[in-house]
Amino acid sequence: MADVSEIQTIEHDVVVVGAGGAGLRAAIECAAQGMSTGLVCKSLLGKAHTVMAEGGVAAALGNVAPKDNWKIHFRDTMRGGKFLNNWRMAELHAKHAPDRVRELEQWGAVFDRTPSGLISQRNFGGHRYPRLAHVGDRTGLEIIRTLQDHAVHQRNIVVHMECTALDLLLDGGRIAGVFGYWRESGRLVLFKTKAVILATGGAGRAWRITSNSWEYTGDGYGMAYEAGAELMDVEFTQFHPTGMVWPPSVRGILVTEGVRGDGGILLNNKGERFMFSYIPPKFAPETADTVEEADRWLGGDTTARRPPELLTRDEVARAITKEVQDGRGSPHGGVFLDIASRRPADFIRRKLPSMYHQFKELAGVDITKDPMEVGPTLHYFMGGIRVDADTQQSIVPGLFAGGECVGGMQGANRLGGNSLSDLLVFGWLAGKGAADYAKKLSPPTIDAAQIEACRQRAIAPLNREAGPNPYSLQEDLQTVMDRYVNIVRNEADLQTALAELERLKKEAARVKAPGSSQYNPGWHEALCLRPLLISAEAVTRAALMRQESRGAHTRIDYPGERDDWAKVNVIIKKGTDGMEVRKESRPDPPQELAAIAYATLEELEGTNG
Amino acid sequence: MAERTFRVWRGNKTGGDFTEYRVDVDEGMVVLDVILRIQAQQANDLAVRWNCKAGKCGSCSTEINGKPKLACMTRMNTFDPQETITVQPVRTFPVIKDLVTDVSWNFEQNKRIPPFQPKPRDADGHYRMMQSDVDRIQEFRKCIECYLCQDVCHVLRDHNRKDKFVGPRFMIRLASLEMHPLDCADRIPAIRDEFGSGMCNITKCCTDVCPENIGITDNGIIPLKERVVDRYYDPVAWLMRKIFGAGEKPGTKA
Repeated sequence: MADVSEIQTIEHDVVVVGAGGAGLRAAIECAAQGMSTGLVCKSLLGKAHTVMAEGGVAAALGNVAPKDNWKIHFRDTMRGGKFLNNWRMAELHAKHAPDRVRELEQWGAVFDRTPSGLISQRNFGGHRYPRLAHVGDRTGLEIIRTLQDHAVHQRNIVVHMECTALDLLLDGGRIAGVFGYWRESGRLVLFKTKAVILATGGAGRAWRITSNSWEYTGDGYGMAYEAGAELMDVEFTQFHPTGMVWPPSVRGILVTEGVRGDGGILLNNKGERFMFSYIPPKFAPETADTVEEADRWLGGDTTARRPPELLTRDEVARAITKEVQDGRGSPHGGVFLDIASRRPADFIRRKLPSMYHQFKELAGVDITKDPMEVGPTLHYFMGGIRVDADTQQSIVPGLFAGGECVGGMQGANRLGGNSLSDLLVFGWLAGKGAADYAKKLSPPTIDAAQIEACRQRAIAPLNREAGPNPYSLQEDLQTVMDRYVNIVRNEADLQTALAELERLKKEAARVKAPGSSQYNPGWHEALCLRPLLISAEAVTRAALMRQESRGAHTRIDYPGERDDWAKVNVIIKKGTDGMEVRKESRPDPPQELAAIAYATLEELEGTNG
Repeated sequence: MAERTFRVWRGNKTGGDFTEYRVDVDEGMVVLDVILRIQAQQANDLAVRWNCKAGKCGSCSTEINGKPKLACMTRMNTFDPQETITVQPVRTFPVIKDLVTDVSWNFEQNKRIPPFQPKPRDADGHYRMMQSDVDRIQEFRKCIECYLCQDVCHVLRDHNRKDKFVGPRFMIRLASLEMHPLDCADRIPAIRDEFGSGMCNITKCCTDVCPENIGITDNGIIPLKERVVDRYYDPVAWLMRKIFGAGEKPGTKA
């Protein structure tokens, strides 16, 4: 291995880490502002997790329901997030999402159309109106391909594929670079840069049952935390209600909410449509309470209220968990999701082609004939790096972030469809913020000692004589999180998890990766343990502190929402003695926004302005 | 659970060979599950690309018992119970290590394709396209860039004419632009001269291996070939151009 002076150095004005939707959108904006932009992607370009997004991108275009407008989208988002969202972010998101979607069309995206030729929109959980622009059930692929094909023609963007970022480098407290390695050669690389935008997604791989791919190891959380940034709201981890449960090898793979949006219903092993028993008072006025009314809604009756299967994800995931616990689950520990009896086969194949394909190929189930077996799967991090809403800058000067790796926008629970719009809006804003920041600066300097420390840490697992298997350690971690930090939590379990995480941290410090540095997944697995463990510990500590149940965070020892906890966010920061957790008061919302969030629907309908 | 025999190609650009692994296989597993189990338990540094494990990202293309496939969508119960499974890297692109190949050539081709050029919006700020007019390009846009079509294309695989032909993946990318109702660019000359539409001899091997069942040849490549023929080899059009000049773009749009 080379010494510090021989490490390859690449210079950019801005480096974007992560090439999913948020990273690509951020890079496009930086390039548009004239910045030399490096786009660091862990996999090949176009393979990032955005490609898995299925149902659609939420934006109040009003193409299908003309009454819809940004205020109702904002209100839905705040209610879905249990009012813990950052108010300004939720406002920016709802206001800018339509333009960001139209911009994709300008760049060649081909969304499904309405009969009059406009972008079509579908229903989804928690959204009052059909609001999700979509392409069948492969919307994420359409978005990432559109952004990718647009980005490769921007002169100022250099794409660095199969490159993993490990550490952020600082110059007197401000961002100065990114340290990482090339998967292909195993060579180390140093990016010198004035600003970094993290767009690294969540940390779902800390759980075994997850819809996330191997890439989702909380790299951004780990790097930001080590560099002194704050994390917020990380106790809110979204369990998507419908993941595949059988066969075991596909357990956790996502089944789009679009199945329910297009009419699918949830049944227990008694054939009961159990969601009618789980309608919380807050949503009761807007939810159908009889099968008859729900069926009228499906038939297009606009006076009927929405079926309870379209309640927010936290509500549906908890209901499924309860049904299974009480012995009313399906043979493989889930419940049944039935669209076969609700819609004709050709409708299902046209609107849900990849679900049809996925069940047919992986589970041998024809969803046009038989119900699917589904259960909750760790899907999304509402919490993440704490940033300023308008610039997306963290408290570390020069460190920006966008998309899932940021906290605040989604509050305690995210509505389906609000992640694709989040990554477009805040990817764009992060790009703007970083470009504005970088324009004013001269290139930073990086001292050699910092680089040497990164180098030592990176190559240590290769150089050790012996040590634990990195794959076994990650499995251990997943067992701990599945068992103790799942949908329903309690103090004793969370304390056990913390003790287990301490043990795993010690093990991870001795991990051994056999083989050379050239394309060595064992080494990569060893290196991702650090961000994974930081993420897992942050979630556990925050979950322990929040003594209430709100949104995706359920404490069986503290049931129900508590008013005093609505006034605080849980903040995580690296201290001198390890991880520090604190409560921080939330500022009062601007009056205008509070008025919208608490208004009745009638007061907001048709008030787009 | 049953024990199965896997032969996995191990090596790098300087050479390599098959290594045999005995591995326990559970119900419902796909080939990628088995590869990852070998990696976790027996060969920590076994290199393989994968991401979504659900046939949506196109990362895990390999040749399984000689057939180009996505490892994540190939179920173990499609093989005979005693059958040895052989897994090797795709042949058309150079090996980096084990099952991972250097597919960067494909990304270079994508950059060469003239980008989407939209016409102006309607007066009310909308674009209007009928669903029936976009169905066919939505088919092309299902492509997950697994490059299995590139792997089996004779022009690329057997004749290594990467200098003459962009391959089926990028022919359908060109088709998705050429048939886009909003697009104004003219790529027909480039499709003939730079991207090599004439090189394809329509054996349809690409269509056969497409995991998204895109009608690559029938719906994408053949219509592009027809547009090239109409432009360059239609005697009436040729005469019209001679008389009136080539200023106006011929009606190649959807």
